[in-house]
Amino acid sequence: MSNQPKSNRKLGLGLASIVVGMFGFGFAMVPLYGLFCDITGINRAGGTGRVAVSDVTMLGVDHDRKVRVDFDSTLNAGLNWEVTPQTTTLEVHPGKVYDVSYRVRNNSDHAVVAQAIPSITPWQATEHFNKTECFCFEQQTLQPGESADLGLRFVLSRTLPEKYNTVTLSYTFMDTNRDKMIRNAVSAR
Amino acid sequence: MSTEAIHADHDHHHAPSGIGRWLFSTNHKDIGTMYLIFSLVMLFLGGASAMMLRAELFTPGLQILDPDTYNNLLTNHALIMVFGVVMPAAAGMANWMIPMMIGAPDMALPRLNNLSFWILPFAAIMLIISMIAPYFPGGGTPINTGWTLYPPLSVQVGMGMDFAIFTVHLLGISSILAAINIITTIVNMRAPGMTYFKLPLFVWSWLLTALLLIMIMPVLAGGVTMLLFDRHFGTAFFDAAGGGDPVLFQHLFWFFGHPEVYVLLLPSIGILGMVVPTFSRKPLFAYKPLVYSMMMLTALGMVVWAHHQYTVGMSEAVTTYFMIGTILISIPVGYMLFSFIFTMWRGAMTFETPMLFAVAIVLMFSFAGVTGVMLAVVPADLQYHDTYFVVAHFHYALIPGSLFGIYAGVFYWLPKWTGHMYNETHGKIFFWWTTISFNLTFFVQHFSGLAGMPRRIVDYSPIFAEFNMISSIGAFSFGASHLLFLYIIIKTVKGGEKASDKPWEGAQVGTPGLEWTLPSPPPFHSFTTPPAIK
Ligand code: HEM
Ligand SMILES: [Cu+2]
Repeated sequence: MSNQPKSNRKLGLGLASIVVGMFGFGFAMVPLYGLFCDITGINRAGGTGRVAVSDVTMLGVDHDRKVRVDFDSTLNAGLNWEVTPQTTTLEVHPGKVYDVSYRVRNNSDHAVVAQAIPSITPWQATEHFNKTECFCFEQQTLQPGESADLGLRFVLSRTLPEKYNTVTLSYTFMDTNRDKMIRNAVSAR
Repeated sequence: MSTEAIHADHDHHHAPSGIGRWLFSTNHKDIGTMYLIFSLVMLFLGGASAMMLRAELFTPGLQILDPDTYNNLLTNHALIMVFGVVMPAAAGMANWMIPMMIGAPDMALPRLNNLSFWILPFAAIMLIISMIAPYFPGGGTPINTGWTLYPPLSVQVGMGMDFAIFTVHLLGISSILAAINIITTIVNMRAPGMTYFKLPLFVWSWLLTALLLIMIMPVLAGGVTMLLFDRHFGTAFFDAAGGGDPVLFQHLFWFFGHPEVYVLLLPSIGILGMVVPTFSRKPLFAYKPLVYSMMMLTALGMVVWAHHQYTVGMSEAVTTYFMIGTILISIPVGYMLFSFIFTMWRGAMTFETPMLFAVAIVLMFSFAGVTGVMLAVVPADLQYHDTYFVVAHFHYALIPGSLFGIYAGVFYWLPKWTGHMYNETHGKIFFWWTTISFNLTFFVQHFSGLAGMPRRIVDYSPIFAEFNMISSIGAFSFGASHLLFLYIIIKTVKGGEKASDKPWEGAQVGTPGLEWTLPSPPPFHSFTTPPAIK
């Protein structure tokens, strides 16, 4: 009986270290989660990276099949831009190359560097949506009041399963200055 | 030493009186009582918010609440019920019963015990502030996110969220301390001869619950801390523009949130494991496998969390994994229910109030298991997700599965706690009243959910009007039934027929606790010398 409080304290502290460990685990999830998604491609959205035209057109054009492609855009919070898809919908033949563009305008009073992140619905179509050129491969800089037409060249591959007749490509535009703004804000504190 | 001296010495250790007795209490029974009273108060607060929600939903259109206030009340309702009612009630019973059941003089770490209780009232005050802060100048929008607190919305709402985050921190600390204390008590303080496989099921259920708590609460605390940093310190854990990912929060939340439903469920399963054998007058059927199935539930429960996130766009392989894992969980859950049914099988059953609850729980909780498996199936869930079908599922899981289990425990142990028998007729009226009105409230929500009524929205299409009116009528009745509950408790505390040490004839079959060897009510210090176990 007499040594009981001591062993209670020992066990209690042991359990407390599990608590601390799990708290750390929560924070470890931040990098691990990103890593896990990168390795497995679980969270991959937005289509393939840049591909060469010849890679996806060598099967030829499927003139018998038509797939509707819708274009869409979203502004992430805090980005004072105007983004308009110049083409909102297009009937395409798989295997053929198409060009479309997005008109963007910086409505803010300072230069902004933005990055567009694509996403495709249904996600099963993602790997069949090939971009040979895209403004989303680079960051885009606009001076105050400046506007631009951002181009996109794509080929829907002939491997797209028959059951998909409509594919939506949606871009979310994000302010890349956010990182810097944050650092400034924090150091100004 | 003379007899007077012994007596005086004894008195010296006796219950201190006045407010100090409660403020500085390290006595497991007093702390248990405080937990239970706290939980009862919160039950009425959470219930009042539910009544307002149902009043608003009585007919389509906006009547008494604006959308933000509605969602704020909804968030508070859930947080209060989960963290303020079920968890403290279960912790209160653990405090009261575990030392008595295993023959220990008190909890292992009594001062820690005092702390883990006294954090709770402060957390409750924080939660109430979080709710009223938005109505003051500069308070911003109310917390309209629901209890899941998903960003980006939770990063944008007003300062109420900061109070809610601190509330979660406090509640987390409180339940972690309680969990550490409970595990230490069970591991170190068992009377000689009380081996692990002689432990009453309630003790086993709490051992596993406490293990879950120390694994999951820190992760939730981490998640909401990141939220706080995103809100005020410019980090971007959950902001895509800064390289973060809002879905990460969902993973952190549900890594906590799914095991949490077993935290709510298991203590009640433990109570059923005491109540069913008592009133069937038969030992628990397959006690050991039942313990193993609870372990399996605990382990599996940790790795299936993303079934709450089928619609966020995970890959097919991942959703398939979570689907299979979730469906597997129905095996231990089903096993428990069968174990209770086989305990009743050919038993000499009588139907006192705790047993009525137990039988009803087995029936109604099975229903939640069935809708749970439906929700686990990915293609079906894409349809059901975020509809009233989910609301119906988890209310069938939580009200019978946890709340009614706690009621069964209250009626079962009230004679032991107070030394008085409750009025059996009143108990039975309460049972039928509350069970029927519960079903009236939530059964129809399966239909409105299947028909597509979305959850967490203040208004709805008139085609759902009848379902909602029935739900609201049921809810008002369900709420009112709790006034009778309160009356029964107060009346039993104040007086009533004297309860014997063992008020239930069958209370000693199988793997009972040692609580029935003590008088009712038990003395301030239960076991000063360890009892011997045959
Ligand atoms: C066989 C056992 C069970 C299965 C297969 C199961 C499955 C599920 C699934 C798949 C969902 C997500 C539905 C959606 O949001 O679309 C869900 C939600 C939920 N379940 Fe269960 N469940 C089971 C048992 C339980 C138990 C025992 C409890 C609690 C005691 C519970 C409480 C909840 C809660 C609270 C939610 C909703 C959380 C929220 O979105 O706010 N479930 N369940
Ligand atoms: Cu779950």
